[in-house]
Amino acid sequence: MTVVIVVCGVLLTIGGACAVVRAERGPSMLDRTVALDIVVTTLTAGGALFAAVERRTDIVPILVVLSLVGFVGSVTIARFASVEPAGEGRVRTRAEVAAESAEARRVEELAEAAAHPRPAEPAADDATGEVR
Amino acid sequence: MSIPWNQVADVAAAVCLLGGAFLALAAGVGVLRFGDLLARMHAGTKPQVLGLMLVLTGLALRLRSASAVGALLLVVLFQMLTAPVAAHMVGRAGYRTGKVRGDLLVVDELTADLRRAQEQPPA
Repeated sequence: MTVVIVVCGVLLTIGGACAVVRAERGPSMLDRTVALDIVVTTLTAGGALFAAVERRTDIVPILVVLSLVGFVGSVTIARFASVEPAGEGRVRTRAEVAAESAEARRVEELAEAAAHPRPAEPAADDATGEVR
Repeated sequence: MSIPWNQVADVAAAVCLLGGAFLALAAGVGVLRFGDLLARMHAGTKPQVLGLMLVLTGLALRLRSASAVGALLLVVLFQMLTAPVAAHMVGRAGYRTGKVRGDLLVVDELTADLRRAQEQPPA
């Protein structure tokens, strides 16, 4: 029985790892959805394997929940992905994300300043990062 | 001579678990190596129904209690209800966003149907 368990664990691990690699590569959101569906199924199988090894019945509700959560996740992403602009499936780099959020913050601050023009800045002290 | 039913059930459970784990491996390799959304979906459905059923059959043969088997039947029922819906949604989103490569398809009745429907709008 030990050999069977180890072989099953290795097979499940390799399968899950391949699916994670595909989820990382993309190229589109739907490919990632399919890959993550397989990861959830592999997790379910892993939980079932653990329960079978230990003869534990308290794992079974977890399997029920996992099978439902995987369904909700993939359907939600499929609804989202129906209209996907070109280049949207790519994962952005850290620098691009930072530049985008800085741009968004700048635009927001400009709008804020235009809406509420402040009379005069109180004496600017050194504590620039202070939360007010 | 009586048949050792517990050992028989354990061996059957081991075979079922091995089959389910192999299908999970096949799905992982397939989803990694296939080059098309529909092909990846095809690979991904193997452990979703048959693989899960095999693993849960193995688990039921190990647990051998009525309440656990009932819950496991519930898991299989949910999976058989939800997997086609999820695959339909993913496939439809893939078709509408142009991720289905027409040159790889042997039969593509949907494209022809859509074109006919656009040419002749219903009266």
